[in-house]
Amino acid sequence: MTPAVRRLVFLAAATVAGALLLWGLTGLPPYGVYPGPYGDVLNQVAVAERKATNVVAAVTFDYRGVDTMGEEYILFAAVIGVAVLLRAQRGEVERQPDEDAADRRAPATSNAVRVLGLALLGPVVLFGVYVVTHGHLSPGGGFQGGVVLATGALLVYLSGEYVTLRRVRPVFLLDLAESAGAGGYVAVGLLGVAAGAAFLENVLPLGQPGALLSAGTIPLINLAVGVEVAGGLVLLLSEFLQQTLVLRRPGEVT
Amino acid sequence: MIVLEAAVFLLVAAGGTAVVLTRNPLNQAIVASFYGLILGIMFLVFQAPDVALSQITVGAVALPLMIVLALAKVRALGGGKGGEQ
Amino acid sequence: MSLLPYLVAAWLFLVGLYGIVTSRNLVHAITCLSVVQSSTYILLLAVGFERGGTAPIFLDVPVGTKAVDPVVGALTLTDIVVGATVSALLLALAVQVYKHHGTLDPERFRGEQD
Repeated sequence: MTPAVRRLVFLAAATVAGALLLWGLTGLPPYGVYPGPYGDVLNQVAVAERKATNVVAAVTFDYRGVDTMGEEYILFAAVIGVAVLLRAQRGEVERQPDEDAADRRAPATSNAVRVLGLALLGPVVLFGVYVVTHGHLSPGGGFQGGVVLATGALLVYLSGEYVTLRRVRPVFLLDLAESAGAGGYVAVGLLGVAAGAAFLENVLPLGQPGALLSAGTIPLINLAVGVEVAGGLVLLLSEFLQQTLVLRRPGEVT
Repeated sequence: MIVLEAAVFLLVAAGGTAVVLTRNPLNQAIVASFYGLILGIMFLVFQAPDVALSQITVGAVALPLMIVLALAKVRALGGGKGGEQ
Repeated sequence: MSLLPYLVAAWLFLVGLYGIVTSRNLVHAITCLSVVQSSTYILLLAVGFERGGTAPIFLDVPVGTKAVDPVVGALTLTDIVVGATVSALLLALAVQVYKHHGTLDPERFRGEQD
């Protein structure tokens, strides 16, 4: 099928699909009018029931906690997939970056970039920890804070050289962190079972809304998810960076 | 307020079209980063700050970074990129 | 105006699909896939929006002020992070394809044996 024919077939199919979409979308309630009961019910009762002022976090980690566990494991599986795909294939030989000084070594970073990167590293890590731990109070949570923490590791790479990054983030600790985060979620869920209630039920003392130690298991789950997302993303970056900076040459035909 | 919402929606539609119409993947990474920022602003207009935080950190920083790293690896493997318009 | 966000979501969906169908570079197709994913976020959040409502965070406003739906926000925020990670997996696959076939053009490795 030539590209032109494919484009014609797609345009025909897209017209039909677009018409069906429009027909379906006009049946929705008009934008700006929210009819359904669940949102209003949750906004009324969530603060009183779970003592968490961020209702979105209460929904993610408590009312719909099993869904979030599934999504976290999608992330886990994707990181494992990348690690498996980008490891050294049979027959490829790994060469150290300093063997290939002429064309592979990245140019030394300027002093301005290094100073700025290292000056920003502290605030970025602090901000990431703040977003993770205050997820049940203000906008934030494990997912967002984990990504912010991973950008801190990226700052180390940008401001220094790859060798510095390798020294700062040993891969074994990253594997440990990511697995501990993924397993920690299930461990918190089993806490509920151990206390005689359902899996992932909020069984820890709830405290006062607005305090840092409140909302029961939600801060714990936030911590687990934050550690897992941060570890997973830094592993992803290190897999890609290792591929870029360590030249591989096929040793034999695969 | 209505004008702001309509303007942001049209900007998002234009941004998405621009991402698709940029054929060179390296340029597309930059356009995708800008599109992620516009989406974050739209999520703020939707009164969803959690989602906006997530979108800005992921869609404007992490995703274009991974695209650029994949392209750098492809270029390091041997010669130019294979086929772009 | 009451249909505009839904129209934008439908437009982005179809435009992203067009980008994937007519793509000549695998990395370009993966970025277009992320545009398609973003159209679903827009649709979800538009369904849950209440005009005049504030964010569903009750740290400084009393419980009972009109707020938007928190459930769709919860669905979308995990979806964004997971979608980016799956895109990373697709990019790793594209790198492997380039290693084996020497090209990122989907037209060129049709039917070619390894």
